[in-house]
Amino acid sequence: MIKKIFLIGNPNVGKSVVFSRLTGVQVISSNYAGTTVEITRGFLKLGGKEIEVVDLPGTYSLEASSKSEEAAVVLLKECPKEECVVVNIVDSTNLERNLYLTLQLIEEGLPLIVALNMCDEAKHQGVSLDVGLLEKILQVPVVPTCAITGLGIKLLLERISEIKPVVRQKFLHRQRWQEIGNIIEQVQKLAHRHHTLRETLEDASVKPFSGSVIAIGVMLASFEIVRFIGENLISRIADPIFFNFYQPFLIKLSSFLGEESFIHHLLIGDLINGKIDFKQSLGLLTTAPYIEFAMVLPYIISFYFVLGLLEDIGILPRLAMLLDNLLHNLGLHGFAIIPVLLGLGCNVPGILATRNLESRRERFIASTLISIGVPCVALQAMIFGLLGKISGYYVSGVYLVLLAIWLILGVILNRMAKGYSPELLIEIPPYRFPSLMILWKKLFLRIKGFLIEAAPLVLLGVLIINILLYFRLFDILTGISAPIVKGLFGLPKESVVALVMGLFRKDVAVGMLMPLALTAKQLFITAVLLAISFPCVATFIVFFKELGIKDLIKACLIMLAVALITGTVLNLTLH
Amino acid sequence: MRKISLNQMRGKQKGFICDISAEAALQNKFMGMGIYKGREITKISHIGLKGPVAIKVGRSVLVLGHSVASKITVEIQ
Repeated sequence: MIKKIFLIGNPNVGKSVVFSRLTGVQVISSNYAGTTVEITRGFLKLGGKEIEVVDLPGTYSLEASSKSEEAAVVLLKECPKEECVVVNIVDSTNLERNLYLTLQLIEEGLPLIVALNMCDEAKHQGVSLDVGLLEKILQVPVVPTCAITGLGIKLLLERISEIKPVVRQKFLHRQRWQEIGNIIEQVQKLAHRHHTLRETLEDASVKPFSGSVIAIGVMLASFEIVRFIGENLISRIADPIFFNFYQPFLIKLSSFLGEESFIHHLLIGDLINGKIDFKQSLGLLTTAPYIEFAMVLPYIISFYFVLGLLEDIGILPRLAMLLDNLLHNLGLHGFAIIPVLLGLGCNVPGILATRNLESRRERFIASTLISIGVPCVALQAMIFGLLGKISGYYVSGVYLVLLAIWLILGVILNRMAKGYSPELLIEIPPYRFPSLMILWKKLFLRIKGFLIEAAPLVLLGVLIINILLYFRLFDILTGISAPIVKGLFGLPKESVVALVMGLFRKDVAVGMLMPLALTAKQLFITAVLLAISFPCVATFIVFFKELGIKDLIKACLIMLAVALITGTVLNLTLH
Repeated sequence: MRKISLNQMRGKQKGFICDISAEAALQNKFMGMGIYKGREITKISHIGLKGPVAIKVGRSVLVLGHSVASKITVEIQ
């Protein structure tokens, strides 16, 4: 009786898309190797029975070489053969490379079915495969599929019942490739085609000069698009809703509650010059929703839209190649740029994505650099909000300071951290035209994730601050830290409250800074300090889970040191 | 026939892999990706003198860091 279906295949063959098709569970899929770092599970109904579907991270062979691959192989070998079915998802455009794993799976005697995925793209590229013959040679069912459109998925499920485990001869590694050569000769025909524009672009993108020009162009354009969409969502949609529809309601509520009551303090907050100020009032119904929905959410939408495009076109692995040299100086290799870019959205998935880096040393360096030097969208939205009104130069200044910290800290960590850093070894996927459906689903999933995880924390944060402020409990903290905050950083001693609350969630901190009437220099220093400290409580948790308490403490001490030094240096050098 | 390191190949040059001097784990990874003795490859490019190398193996494009690439010796015409 079948209890489990495993999805296994090389990296970047569309396993996660097949998984979504089978189970209806939405998962993030992109055009680069290593999108899935966790083992994802879902369920499907087959013949009235509920069967568990397990989506394994991609692997080239059954000899695992990274943490996520290892987990996949262990799980596969543990399952009793009568109870599981293995769906080997294969990239039809590159059958040869994929068959190595397929043969290994057959040799293990696992109950196997092969899904020839991306069959539409293979046809497009002039690759034709004799499916019947392949099935005869492999002696396992073979089904052409196109997971993005859903083609072949039904047939795949129907044929799962045909699978029987068989024991097959084992090959030596070299023989396996010989065998594959024979199979490919029989089943695959390539139509002769001229170099297409896409292939010319693909070649150009991995050459030093043309590649750098393309990469810089793409990154600048991405930044501009993120800013353009974000600003317009705020000025055309979010702000009008808040000011025209929501504020009149709050004004009525405010006069009904009476300005002096405790409940007014909690819900509406303080009136600024007798009016509700969405950025400063600090109420559960005023500042909390305004920050989340009118300041941060618009940038979350625009950032993840653009990131999704870059991921699905296949830009990121090419950046990894171009930046390999630079990242080597930081004790990392090129692939680390992917977690960093994810970290620009939210540090949590960024730190999770470091699982693709092979050594613990690399993971520690990358995670520390992400938590300290990479500002998440919420934080960046705050920086825009705080400094954008004064001058764009201040905003660029914060980014420059962070970049400098990121580079210097990386070089230092590379010198200090023990262990070894492995080298880059990745596959570069072809450029693909992104599927709108996949883009939309991914965006939706990420926005939903943000709303579920961030919004309650912000509400909670504002609530805590309000209570602490009301009972004047911050005064102790302010008194203790005054020598550092005032003496070294040149900030009013009250700003420590915002800095400390920023560790809980960055977006909460801004409402607390507004009433302090900071000068431009003070705002700049505060923005940099907020950016250096860990972005939110979730980052602490994921850092702890991934790297343990020792590394978390180390990273926190580094963070404190960097904040102290940077704050003091900026205070002494800026005028 | 000449034997040179993958790093020393020029762009668009073809050759056959004749030696891989890597530890077992890396050998296995290479093997799974289709890099093994006797395999024909085409160099696409490299970034700088100490940078990564892009090669075409079958229908895949693979990128190898400089020191990984230096472990592979290729026979060229």
